[in-house]
Amino acid sequence: MAARTNELRLSIVQASFLSNEGHIPSAFSILDILLVLYDKVLHYNPKKPSDPKRDRFILSKGHGSLGLYAVLADKGFFAKKHLKSFGQFESILGGHPDSLKVPGIEVSTGSLGHGFPTAVGMALGLKITKNKAGVYVLIGDGESNEGTVWESALLANHHKLDNLVCIVDHNHSTDRAVSIGDMTVKFKAFGWVAVTVNGHDQKEIYRALKTPHSGKPLAIVAETIKGYGSTVMLNNPAWHHKTPTKEEYAEIVKEWL
Amino acid sequence: MRKQFVKTVEDLVNQDKRLVVLLGDIGVFGFRNSFTVHPDRVYNIGILEQATISLAAGLAKTDLIPVVHTIAPFIVERSLEQIKVDFAFQKLGGNFVSVGASYDYAALGATHHCPADVGILKNIPGMEIVIPGTAEEFDTLFRQSYNNGNPTYFRLSERVNAESQKVTFGKAQVIKKGKKATVLAVGPMLKNVLLAAKKEDVTVLHYTTLSPFDSKTLKNNAVGNKVLICEPYYEGALALDVLNTFPDTAVEIAHAGMPKRFLSKYGMAEDHDKDLGMTAEVIKKKLKKLING
Repeated sequence: MAARTNELRLSIVQASFLSNEGHIPSAFSILDILLVLYDKVLHYNPKKPSDPKRDRFILSKGHGSLGLYAVLADKGFFAKKHLKSFGQFESILGGHPDSLKVPGIEVSTGSLGHGFPTAVGMALGLKITKNKAGVYVLIGDGESNEGTVWESALLANHHKLDNLVCIVDHNHSTDRAVSIGDMTVKFKAFGWVAVTVNGHDQKEIYRALKTPHSGKPLAIVAETIKGYGSTVMLNNPAWHHKTPTKEEYAEIVKEWL
Repeated sequence: MRKQFVKTVEDLVNQDKRLVVLLGDIGVFGFRNSFTVHPDRVYNIGILEQATISLAAGLAKTDLIPVVHTIAPFIVERSLEQIKVDFAFQKLGGNFVSVGASYDYAALGATHHCPADVGILKNIPGMEIVIPGTAEEFDTLFRQSYNNGNPTYFRLSERVNAESQKVTFGKAQVIKKGKKATVLAVGPMLKNVLLAAKKEDVTVLHYTTLSPFDSKTLKNNAVGNKVLICEPYYEGALALDVLNTFPDTAVEIAHAGMPKRFLSKYGMAEDHDKDLGMTAEVIKKKLKKLING
Protein backbone atom coordinates (compact mmCIF):
# COMPACT_ATOMS: atom_id res chain seq x y z
CA MET A 1 0.00 0.00 0.00
CA ALA A 2 2.68 2.49 1.01
CA ALA A 3 4.77 1.63 -2.03
CA ARG A 4 1.84 2.30 -4.36
CA THR A 5 0.99 5.57 -2.64
CA ASN A 6 4.60 6.66 -2.89
CA GLU A 7 4.64 5.74 -6.56
CA LEU A 8 1.65 8.04 -7.08
CA ARG A 9 3.34 10.81 -5.10
CA LEU A 10 6.39 10.41 -7.27
CA SER A 11 4.33 10.72 -10.45
CA ILE A 12 2.67 13.88 -9.07
CA VAL A 13 5.97 15.56 -8.21
CA GLN A 14 7.50 14.46 -11.50
CA ALA A 15 4.58 15.96 -13.48
CA SER A 16 4.91 19.22 -11.58
CA PHE A 17 8.69 19.28 -12.00
CA LEU A 18 8.49 18.69 -15.76
CA SER A 19 5.83 21.33 -16.34
CA ASN A 20 6.94 23.88 -13.75
CA GLU A 21 3.29 24.05 -12.66
CA GLY A 22 0.91 22.46 -10.16
CA HIS A 23 -0.25 22.50 -6.55
CA ILE A 24 1.62 19.52 -5.08
CA PRO A 25 0.67 19.83 -1.37
CA SER A 26 -3.03 20.10 -2.26
CA ALA A 27 -2.72 16.94 -4.34
CA PHE A 28 -1.02 15.16 -1.46
CA SER A 29 -3.61 16.11 1.14
CA ILE A 30 -6.38 14.42 -0.87
CA LEU A 31 -4.49 11.35 -2.07
CA ASP A 32 -5.66 8.93 0.64
CA ILE A 33 -9.26 10.05 0.16
CA LEU A 34 -9.04 9.51 -3.60
CA LEU A 35 -7.51 6.08 -3.17
CA VAL A 36 -10.29 4.90 -0.86
CA LEU A 37 -12.93 6.23 -3.25
CA TYR A 38 -11.45 4.74 -6.41
CA ASP A 39 -10.22 1.50 -4.81
CA LYS A 40 -13.22 0.60 -2.71
CA VAL A 41 -16.27 2.82 -3.02
CA LEU A 42 -17.03 4.23 -6.47
CA HIS A 43 -18.64 2.10 -9.16
CA TYR A 44 -17.10 2.84 -12.54
CA ASN A 45 -15.62 1.36 -15.67
CA PRO A 46 -12.56 3.30 -16.88
CA LYS A 47 -13.23 2.05 -20.40
CA LYS A 48 -16.76 3.50 -20.27
CA PRO A 49 -16.28 6.80 -18.45
CA SER A 50 -19.71 8.06 -19.56
CA ASP A 51 -21.64 4.98 -18.46
CA PRO A 52 -24.96 6.36 -17.11
CA LYS A 53 -24.81 3.95 -14.17
CA ARG A 54 -21.41 5.12 -12.92
CA ASP A 55 -20.97 6.90 -9.62
CA ARG A 56 -19.84 10.49 -10.16
CA PHE A 57 -16.82 12.05 -8.47
CA ILE A 58 -16.29 15.80 -8.66
CA LEU A 59 -13.07 17.47 -7.54
CA SER A 60 -14.52 20.82 -6.61
CA LYS A 61 -11.12 22.03 -5.37
CA GLY A 62 -9.77 21.71 -8.89
CA HIS A 63 -6.25 22.80 -7.98
CA GLY A 64 -5.75 19.35 -6.49
CA SER A 65 -5.92 18.02 -10.06
CA LEU A 66 -2.51 16.34 -9.99
CA GLY A 67 -3.72 13.96 -7.29
CA LEU A 68 -6.81 13.02 -9.28
CA TYR A 69 -4.89 12.68 -12.54
CA ALA A 70 -2.43 10.30 -10.89
CA VAL A 71 -5.26 8.12 -9.56
CA LEU A 72 -7.26 8.19 -12.83
CA ALA A 73 -4.15 7.18 -14.78
CA ASP A 74 -3.45 4.43 -12.23
CA LYS A 75 -7.00 3.15 -12.75
CA GLY A 76 -6.71 3.16 -16.54
CA PHE A 77 -8.93 6.09 -17.49
CA PHE A 78 -6.05 7.31 -19.67
CA ALA A 79 -2.45 6.32 -20.34
CA LYS A 80 0.11 7.17 -17.66
CA LYS A 81 2.29 8.88 -20.28
CA HIS A 82 -0.13 11.82 -20.19
CA LEU A 83 1.07 12.68 -16.69
CA LYS A 84 4.43 13.69 -18.11
CA SER A 85 2.71 16.15 -20.45
CA PHE A 86 0.90 17.91 -17.57
CA GLY A 87 0.50 21.61 -18.28
CA GLN A 88 2.03 21.43 -21.76
CA PHE A 89 0.39 23.31 -24.65
CA GLU A 90 -1.31 20.29 -26.23
CA SER A 91 -1.75 18.22 -23.06
CA ILE A 92 -5.16 16.95 -21.99
CA LEU A 93 -4.07 17.58 -18.40
CA GLY A 94 -4.14 21.21 -17.29
CA GLY A 95 -3.59 22.87 -13.95
CA HIS A 96 -7.33 22.50 -13.41
CA PRO A 97 -9.34 19.54 -14.75
CA ASP A 98 -11.33 19.86 -17.98
CA SER A 99 -14.40 17.63 -18.37
CA LEU A 100 -14.27 17.92 -22.16
CA LYS A 101 -10.69 16.65 -22.38
CA VAL A 102 -10.01 14.13 -19.65
CA PRO A 103 -11.80 10.77 -19.36
CA GLY A 104 -13.10 10.44 -15.81
CA ILE A 105 -13.34 14.17 -15.12
CA GLU A 106 -17.02 14.88 -14.53
CA VAL A 107 -16.91 18.65 -14.07
CA SER A 108 -14.45 21.34 -15.14
CA THR A 109 -13.40 22.99 -11.93
CA GLY A 110 -10.79 25.46 -10.77
CA SER A 111 -12.89 28.45 -9.90
CA LEU A 112 -13.75 27.50 -6.33
CA GLY A 113 -17.35 27.03 -5.27
CA HIS A 114 -18.63 25.68 -8.60
CA GLY A 115 -18.12 21.92 -8.30
CA PHE A 116 -20.18 21.48 -5.15
CA PRO A 117 -23.42 23.07 -6.42
CA THR A 118 -22.92 21.29 -9.75
CA ALA A 119 -22.68 18.03 -7.78
CA VAL A 120 -25.92 18.93 -6.01
CA GLY A 121 -27.53 19.39 -9.42
CA MET A 122 -26.18 16.05 -10.59
CA ALA A 123 -27.53 14.34 -7.47
CA LEU A 124 -30.93 15.98 -7.99
CA GLY A 125 -30.83 15.07 -11.68
CA LEU A 126 -30.09 11.44 -10.87
CA LYS A 127 -33.05 11.41 -8.47
CA ILE A 128 -35.32 12.94 -11.13
CA THR A 129 -34.23 10.38 -13.72
CA LYS A 130 -34.49 7.57 -11.16
CA ASN A 131 -30.82 6.68 -11.56
CA LYS A 132 -29.41 5.01 -8.44
CA ALA A 133 -25.81 6.14 -8.95
CA GLY A 134 -24.14 8.20 -6.22
CA VAL A 135 -22.41 11.58 -6.38
CA TYR A 136 -19.23 12.27 -4.40
CA VAL A 137 -17.77 15.75 -4.25
CA LEU A 138 -14.49 16.82 -2.67
CA ILE A 139 -14.21 20.43 -1.52
CA GLY A 140 -11.51 22.33 0.34
CA ASP A 141 -11.73 24.22 3.59
CA GLY A 142 -10.39 27.31 1.83
CA GLU A 143 -13.05 26.80 -0.82
CA SER A 144 -15.60 26.76 1.97
CA ASN A 145 -15.17 30.52 2.32
CA GLU A 146 -17.31 30.68 -0.83
CA GLY A 147 -21.00 31.38 -0.25
CA THR A 148 -21.99 28.80 -2.85
CA VAL A 149 -20.67 26.04 -0.59
CA TRP A 150 -23.29 26.91 1.99
CA GLU A 151 -25.96 27.53 -0.63
CA SER A 152 -25.22 23.99 -1.79
CA ALA A 153 -25.42 22.62 1.74
CA LEU A 154 -28.82 24.26 2.14
CA LEU A 155 -30.16 22.91 -1.16
CA ALA A 156 -28.84 19.36 -0.73
CA ASN A 157 -30.54 18.97 2.63
CA HIS A 158 -33.78 20.61 1.49
CA HIS A 159 -34.03 18.20 -1.43
CA LYS A 160 -33.08 15.20 0.75
CA LEU A 161 -30.19 14.21 -1.49
CA ASP A 162 -29.06 11.03 0.22
CA ASN A 163 -27.26 10.10 -2.99
CA LEU A 164 -24.74 12.87 -2.29
CA VAL A 165 -21.55 12.73 -0.23
CA CYS A 166 -19.43 15.81 0.33
CA ILE A 167 -15.90 15.26 1.58
CA VAL A 168 -14.07 18.27 2.98
CA ASP A 169 -10.31 18.23 2.58
CA HIS A 170 -9.72 20.12 5.80
CA ASN A 171 -6.03 20.83 5.27
CA HIS A 172 -6.33 24.15 7.08
CA SER A 173 -5.61 26.29 4.03
CA THR A 174 -8.22 28.70 5.26
CA ASP A 175 -6.52 29.27 8.60
CA ARG A 176 -4.30 31.96 7.10
CA ALA A 177 -7.36 33.94 5.98
CA VAL A 178 -10.68 33.17 7.66
CA SER A 179 -11.37 30.99 10.64
CA ILE A 180 -13.85 28.39 9.43
CA GLY A 181 -14.60 26.87 12.83
CA ASP A 182 -15.95 23.35 13.26
CA MET A 183 -17.11 22.27 9.82
CA THR A 184 -18.76 19.09 11.09
CA VAL A 185 -20.97 21.15 13.37
CA LYS A 186 -21.71 23.53 10.52
CA PHE A 187 -22.82 20.74 8.17
CA LYS A 188 -24.96 19.25 10.94
CA ALA A 189 -26.55 22.65 11.43
CA PHE A 190 -27.46 22.57 7.74
CA GLY A 191 -29.25 19.25 8.31
CA TRP A 192 -26.59 16.90 7.01
CA VAL A 193 -25.28 13.73 8.60
CA ALA A 194 -21.69 14.75 9.28
CA VAL A 195 -18.62 12.95 10.63
CA THR A 196 -14.98 13.82 11.17
CA VAL A 197 -12.12 11.52 10.20
CA ASN A 198 -8.37 11.41 9.95
CA GLY A 199 -8.01 12.11 6.24
CA HIS A 200 -4.84 10.07 6.01
CA ASP A 201 -6.22 6.92 7.65
CA GLN A 202 -7.72 4.98 4.76
CA LYS A 203 -9.65 2.54 6.98
CA GLU A 204 -11.23 5.43 8.85
CA ILE A 205 -12.14 7.18 5.58
CA TYR A 206 -13.75 3.99 4.27
CA ARG A 207 -15.81 3.53 7.43
CA ALA A 208 -16.96 7.13 7.23
CA LEU A 209 -18.06 6.68 3.62
CA LYS A 210 -20.27 3.81 4.78
CA THR A 211 -22.05 5.96 7.37
CA PRO A 212 -25.83 5.47 7.04
CA HIS A 213 -27.53 8.70 5.88
CA SER A 214 -30.96 7.76 4.64
CA GLY A 215 -32.93 10.82 3.53
CA LYS A 216 -29.98 13.14 4.13
CA PRO A 217 -26.72 14.03 2.40
CA LEU A 218 -23.49 12.94 4.11
CA ALA A 219 -20.56 15.23 4.92
CA ILE A 220 -17.17 13.82 5.84
CA VAL A 221 -14.77 16.35 7.25
CA ALA A 222 -11.35 14.84 6.62
CA GLU A 223 -8.59 16.29 8.75
CA THR A 224 -5.62 16.37 6.41
CA ILE A 225 -2.17 17.89 6.15
CA LYS A 226 -0.94 19.75 3.10
CA GLY A 227 2.05 18.00 1.59
CA TYR A 228 1.37 14.81 3.57
CA GLY A 229 3.84 12.12 2.59
CA SER A 230 6.74 14.47 1.88
CA THR A 231 9.07 15.53 4.66
CA VAL A 232 10.15 18.52 2.59
CA MET A 233 6.66 19.89 1.88
CA LEU A 234 4.73 18.77 4.95
CA ASN A 235 2.67 21.69 6.21
CA ASN A 236 5.02 24.17 4.56
CA PRO A 237 2.96 27.06 3.10
CA ALA A 238 5.83 28.04 0.79
CA TRP A 239 5.04 24.97 -1.29
CA HIS A 240 1.33 25.72 -1.95
CA HIS A 241 1.92 26.62 -5.62
CA LYS A 242 5.66 26.06 -5.89
CA THR A 243 7.35 23.66 -8.25
CA PRO A 244 10.63 22.01 -7.35
CA THR A 245 14.03 22.91 -8.74
CA LYS A 246 16.21 20.06 -9.95
CA GLU A 247 17.92 19.90 -6.56
CA GLU A 248 14.63 20.07 -4.64
CA TYR A 249 13.13 17.40 -6.87
CA ALA A 250 16.00 15.03 -6.05
CA GLU A 251 15.65 15.81 -2.34
CA ILE A 252 11.85 15.28 -2.36
CA VAL A 253 11.71 12.01 -4.29
CA LYS A 254 14.61 10.25 -2.56
CA GLU A 255 12.46 9.34 0.44
CA TRP A 256 10.17 7.28 -1.82
CA LEU A 257 12.82 5.51 -3.89
CA MET B 1 -44.64 38.24 -22.27
CA ARG B 2 -44.15 36.79 -18.80
CA LYS B 3 -47.55 35.12 -18.89
CA GLN B 4 -46.59 33.60 -22.22
CA PHE B 5 -43.35 32.34 -20.68
CA VAL B 6 -45.37 30.47 -18.05
CA LYS B 7 -47.79 29.15 -20.67
CA THR B 8 -45.07 28.00 -23.05
CA VAL B 9 -42.92 26.39 -20.39
CA GLU B 10 -45.89 24.69 -18.70
CA ASP B 11 -46.85 23.21 -22.03
CA LEU B 12 -43.30 22.00 -22.69
CA VAL B 13 -42.93 20.56 -19.18
CA ASN B 14 -45.96 18.41 -19.96
CA GLN B 15 -44.48 17.27 -23.26
CA ASP B 16 -40.77 16.95 -22.52
CA LYS B 17 -39.72 14.90 -19.50
CA ARG B 18 -36.21 16.35 -19.67
CA LEU B 19 -37.35 19.88 -18.82
CA VAL B 20 -36.70 21.10 -15.25
CA VAL B 21 -37.83 24.55 -14.10
CA LEU B 22 -35.92 26.44 -11.38
CA LEU B 23 -37.58 29.64 -10.16
CA GLY B 24 -35.59 32.09 -8.06
CA ASP B 25 -38.59 32.70 -5.82
CA ILE B 26 -40.34 34.72 -8.53
CA GLY B 27 -43.11 33.64 -10.88
CA VAL B 28 -44.17 31.14 -8.24
CA PHE B 29 -47.86 31.97 -8.47
CA GLY B 30 -47.74 31.61 -12.25
CA PHE B 31 -46.39 28.07 -11.99
CA ARG B 32 -48.72 27.04 -9.14
CA ASN B 33 -50.32 24.26 -11.18
CA SER B 34 -47.01 22.82 -12.38
CA PHE B 35 -45.72 22.51 -8.80
CA THR B 36 -48.55 20.09 -8.20
CA VAL B 37 -48.46 18.22 -11.50
CA HIS B 38 -44.66 17.97 -11.74
CA PRO B 39 -43.23 18.31 -8.22
CA ASP B 40 -40.06 16.55 -9.34
CA ARG B 41 -39.39 18.94 -12.23
CA VAL B 42 -40.71 22.35 -11.22
CA TYR B 43 -39.02 23.96 -8.22
CA ASN B 44 -39.06 27.23 -6.36
CA ILE B 45 -35.36 26.79 -5.82
CA GLY B 46 -34.90 29.84 -3.60
CA ILE B 47 -32.89 33.04 -3.60
CA LEU B 48 -29.40 31.67 -4.23
CA GLU B 49 -28.71 32.41 -7.83
CA GLN B 50 -25.07 31.39 -8.07
CA ALA B 51 -25.67 27.89 -6.72
CA THR B 52 -28.82 27.68 -8.82
CA ILE B 53 -26.92 28.18 -12.07
CA SER B 54 -24.30 25.59 -11.07
CA LEU B 55 -27.05 23.23 -9.93
CA ALA B 56 -28.71 23.71 -13.31
CA ALA B 57 -25.40 22.73 -14.96
CA GLY B 58 -25.44 19.57 -12.83
CA LEU B 59 -28.94 18.81 -14.09
CA ALA B 60 -27.69 19.31 -17.65
CA LYS B 61 -24.92 16.81 -16.93
CA THR B 62 -27.61 14.23 -16.22
CA ASP B 63 -29.20 14.94 -19.64
CA LEU B 64 -31.96 17.18 -18.31
CA ILE B 65 -32.79 20.60 -19.75
CA PRO B 66 -32.87 23.33 -17.11
CA VAL B 67 -34.88 26.53 -17.34
CA VAL B 68 -33.75 29.09 -14.77
CA HIS B 69 -35.96 32.11 -14.19
CA THR B 70 -35.37 35.21 -12.12
CA ILE B 71 -34.73 38.95 -12.40
CA ALA B 72 -32.09 39.91 -14.97
CA PRO B 73 -29.27 41.26 -12.73
CA PHE B 74 -29.41 38.19 -10.50
CA ILE B 75 -28.99 35.81 -13.42
CA VAL B 76 -26.52 37.71 -15.54
CA GLU B 77 -24.48 39.85 -13.21
CA ARG B 78 -24.49 37.92 -9.94
CA SER B 79 -24.10 34.53 -11.60
CA LEU B 80 -21.99 35.46 -14.58
CA GLU B 81 -19.08 33.19 -13.77
CA GLN B 82 -21.41 30.24 -13.26
CA ILE B 83 -22.92 30.82 -16.71
CA LYS B 84 -19.45 31.19 -18.21
CA VAL B 85 -17.67 28.24 -16.58
CA ASP B 86 -20.45 25.80 -15.74
CA PHE B 87 -22.42 26.17 -18.97
CA ALA B 88 -20.57 27.87 -21.82
CA PHE B 89 -17.06 26.53 -21.14
CA GLN B 90 -18.38 23.02 -20.62
CA LYS B 91 -20.71 23.28 -23.64
CA LEU B 92 -23.84 22.45 -21.67
CA GLY B 93 -27.37 23.28 -22.72
CA GLY B 94 -29.62 25.39 -20.52
CA ASN B 95 -32.09 28.25 -20.61
CA PHE B 96 -31.91 31.45 -18.59
CA VAL B 97 -35.07 33.51 -18.75
CA SER B 98 -34.96 36.95 -17.20
CA VAL B 99 -37.54 39.56 -16.33
CA GLY B 100 -36.81 43.19 -15.54
CA ALA B 101 -35.21 44.05 -18.85
CA SER B 102 -33.07 47.22 -18.61
CA TYR B 103 -35.30 49.49 -16.48
CA ASP B 104 -38.64 47.67 -16.69
CA TYR B 105 -38.58 47.72 -12.87
CA ALA B 106 -38.09 51.47 -12.93
CA ALA B 107 -39.57 52.23 -9.52
CA LEU B 108 -37.49 49.56 -7.79
CA GLY B 109 -34.31 51.47 -8.53
CA ALA B 110 -30.91 50.68 -9.98
CA THR B 111 -30.34 47.45 -8.03
CA HIS B 112 -33.10 45.90 -10.13
CA HIS B 113 -32.04 47.36 -13.47
CA CYS B 114 -29.92 45.40 -15.91
CA PRO B 115 -29.14 47.24 -19.12
CA ALA B 116 -25.64 45.69 -19.31
CA ASP B 117 -26.85 42.10 -19.73
CA VAL B 118 -26.51 41.79 -23.48
CA GLY B 119 -23.11 43.48 -23.66
CA ILE B 120 -21.83 41.22 -20.90
CA LEU B 121 -23.18 37.98 -22.34
CA LYS B 122 -21.91 38.89 -25.80
CA ASN B 123 -18.44 38.25 -24.40
CA ILE B 124 -19.11 34.62 -23.54
CA PRO B 125 -18.24 32.32 -26.44
CA GLY B 126 -21.11 30.01 -27.38
CA MET B 127 -23.72 31.96 -25.39
CA GLU B 128 -26.97 32.49 -27.25
CA ILE B 129 -28.99 35.66 -26.64
CA VAL B 130 -32.64 36.07 -27.57
CA ILE B 131 -34.82 39.18 -27.18
CA PRO B 132 -38.35 38.57 -28.42
CA GLY B 133 -40.42 41.56 -29.48
CA THR B 134 -43.76 40.08 -28.41
CA ALA B 135 -45.18 37.22 -26.33
CA GLU B 136 -45.94 35.25 -29.46
CA GLU B 137 -42.38 35.69 -30.65
CA PHE B 138 -41.13 34.38 -27.31
CA ASP B 139 -43.24 31.26 -27.74
CA THR B 140 -41.86 30.61 -31.21
CA LEU B 141 -38.23 31.31 -30.35
CA PHE B 142 -38.26 29.32 -27.11
CA ARG B 143 -39.81 26.26 -28.72
CA GLN B 144 -37.27 26.42 -31.53
CA SER B 145 -34.21 26.59 -29.32
CA TYR B 146 -34.79 25.43 -25.72
CA ASN B 147 -33.39 21.97 -26.43
CA ASN B 148 -30.58 22.83 -28.85
CA GLY B 149 -27.82 21.91 -26.39
CA ASN B 150 -26.49 25.45 -25.97
CA PRO B 151 -26.78 27.95 -23.13
CA THR B 152 -29.43 30.47 -24.14
CA TYR B 153 -30.46 33.73 -22.51
CA PHE B 154 -34.03 34.87 -23.10
CA ARG B 155 -34.79 38.46 -22.18
CA LEU B 156 -38.45 39.08 -21.41
CA SER B 157 -39.68 42.67 -21.78
CA GLU B 158 -42.67 44.41 -20.20
CA ARG B 159 -43.20 46.61 -23.25
CA VAL B 160 -43.75 44.84 -26.55
CA ASN B 161 -44.26 45.57 -30.23
CA ALA B 162 -47.74 46.17 -31.65
CA GLU B 163 -47.50 43.20 -33.99
CA SER B 164 -45.61 39.92 -33.97
CA GLN B 165 -43.19 39.10 -36.75
CA LYS B 166 -42.62 35.70 -38.30
CA VAL B 167 -39.48 35.05 -36.30
CA THR B 168 -36.97 32.24 -36.60
CA PHE B 169 -34.23 31.52 -34.08
CA GLY B 170 -30.88 32.74 -35.44
CA LYS B 171 -32.44 34.79 -38.25
CA ALA B 172 -33.24 38.46 -38.66
CA GLN B 173 -36.38 39.53 -40.49
CA VAL B 174 -36.52 42.10 -43.27
CA ILE B 175 -39.37 44.43 -42.27
CA LYS B 176 -38.95 47.07 -44.89
CA LYS B 177 -36.61 47.81 -47.81
CA GLY B 178 -35.15 51.24 -48.59
CA LYS B 179 -32.09 52.88 -50.11
CA LYS B 180 -30.56 55.44 -47.78
CA ALA B 181 -29.60 53.54 -44.63
CA THR B 182 -30.10 50.29 -42.74
CA VAL B 183 -31.80 50.23 -39.35
CA LEU B 184 -31.41 47.31 -36.95
CA ALA B 185 -34.29 47.09 -34.49
CA VAL B 186 -33.65 44.75 -31.57
CA GLY B 187 -36.68 42.98 -30.08
CA PRO B 188 -39.19 45.46 -28.65
CA MET B 189 -37.43 48.43 -30.27
CA LEU B 190 -39.22 47.65 -33.52
CA LYS B 191 -42.31 49.55 -32.41
CA ASN B 192 -40.48 52.88 -32.12
CA VAL B 193 -38.26 52.15 -35.11
CA LEU B 194 -41.29 51.70 -37.35
CA LEU B 195 -42.76 54.98 -36.11
CA ALA B 196 -39.44 56.74 -36.68
CA ALA B 197 -38.80 55.22 -40.09
CA LYS B 198 -42.36 55.45 -41.43
CA LYS B 199 -41.60 58.13 -44.00
CA GLU B 200 -37.91 57.35 -44.42
CA ASP B 201 -36.38 55.52 -47.36
CA VAL B 202 -34.50 52.98 -45.24
CA THR B 203 -34.20 49.24 -44.79
CA VAL B 204 -35.42 47.95 -41.42
CA LEU B 205 -34.23 44.62 -40.05
CA HIS B 206 -35.68 43.06 -36.92
CA TYR B 207 -33.25 41.12 -34.71
CA THR B 208 -34.56 38.82 -31.99
CA THR B 209 -31.52 36.53 -31.86
CA LEU B 210 -28.43 38.57 -31.04
CA SER B 211 -26.06 35.63 -30.61
CA PRO B 212 -25.44 33.95 -32.93
CA PHE B 213 -25.66 37.15 -34.96
CA ASP B 214 -27.26 36.83 -38.38
CA SER B 215 -24.65 38.56 -40.52
CA LYS B 216 -26.02 37.07 -43.70
CA THR B 217 -29.35 38.90 -43.59
CA LEU B 218 -27.59 42.16 -42.81
CA LYS B 219 -25.05 41.68 -45.59
CA ASN B 220 -27.69 40.73 -48.16
CA ASN B 221 -30.03 43.58 -47.32
CA ALA B 222 -27.83 46.46 -46.24
CA VAL B 223 -27.96 49.58 -48.34
CA GLY B 224 -25.02 51.96 -48.57
CA ASN B 225 -22.70 52.05 -45.60
CA LYS B 226 -24.88 53.74 -43.01
CA VAL B 227 -26.28 51.67 -40.16
CA LEU B 228 -28.41 52.73 -37.20
CA ILE B 229 -28.51 50.19 -34.38
CA CYS B 230 -31.52 50.52 -32.09
CA GLU B 231 -30.98 48.53 -28.88
CA PRO B 232 -33.15 48.44 -25.72
CA TYR B 233 -30.09 48.05 -23.45
CA TYR B 234 -26.71 49.78 -23.13
CA GLU B 235 -25.91 50.77 -26.69
CA GLY B 236 -22.99 49.24 -28.52
CA ALA B 237 -23.45 45.52 -27.91
CA LEU B 238 -24.00 44.78 -31.62
CA ALA B 239 -21.45 47.23 -33.02
CA LEU B 240 -18.70 44.65 -33.53
CA ASP B 241 -21.10 42.22 -35.21
CA VAL B 242 -22.10 44.94 -37.66
CA LEU B 243 -18.49 45.93 -38.35
CA ASN B 244 -17.45 42.31 -38.83
CA THR B 245 -20.25 41.86 -41.36
CA PHE B 246 -18.47 44.31 -43.66
CA PRO B 247 -14.75 43.55 -43.20
CA ASP B 248 -13.68 45.48 -46.32
CA THR B 249 -15.99 48.47 -46.03
CA ALA B 250 -15.93 51.55 -43.84
CA VAL B 251 -19.31 51.55 -42.11
CA GLU B 252 -20.84 54.57 -40.44
CA ILE B 253 -22.66 53.38 -37.34
CA ALA B 254 -25.08 55.41 -35.26
CA HIS B 255 -26.65 54.18 -32.04
CA ALA B 256 -30.10 54.63 -30.59
CA GLY B 257 -29.79 52.68 -27.37
CA MET B 258 -29.55 53.25 -23.69
CA PRO B 259 -26.65 55.49 -22.62
CA LYS B 260 -24.26 53.92 -20.10
CA ARG B 261 -25.29 55.41 -16.79
CA PHE B 262 -27.09 54.41 -13.60
CA LEU B 263 -30.67 55.59 -13.27
CA SER B 264 -31.09 57.43 -10.01
CA LYS B 265 -34.78 58.22 -10.45
CA TYR B 266 -37.84 56.01 -10.11
CA GLY B 267 -41.28 56.44 -11.71
CA MET B 268 -42.41 54.48 -14.74
CA ALA B 269 -40.28 53.00 -17.50
CA GLU B 270 -41.88 55.50 -19.85
CA ASP B 271 -40.49 58.36 -17.73
CA HIS B 272 -37.02 56.97 -18.25
CA ASP B 273 -37.65 56.51 -21.97
CA LYS B 274 -38.06 60.26 -22.26
CA ASP B 275 -35.17 61.01 -19.94
CA LEU B 276 -32.84 58.67 -21.84
CA GLY B 277 -34.00 59.51 -25.34
CA MET B 278 -35.44 56.03 -25.93
CA THR B 279 -38.32 57.38 -28.03
CA ALA B 280 -39.45 57.29 -31.64
CA GLU B 281 -38.75 61.02 -31.91
CA VAL B 282 -35.12 60.64 -30.88
CA ILE B 283 -34.65 57.64 -33.16
CA LYS B 284 -36.08 59.70 -36.02
CA LYS B 285 -33.65 62.54 -35.33
CA LYS B 286 -30.70 60.16 -35.24
CA LEU B 287 -31.86 58.52 -38.44
CA LYS B 288 -32.20 61.83 -40.27
CA LYS B 289 -28.78 62.92 -39.06
CA LEU B 290 -27.26 59.65 -40.26
CA ILE B 291 -28.94 59.92 -43.67
CA ASN B 292 -28.21 63.58 -44.24
CA GLY B 293 -24.71 63.48 -42.82
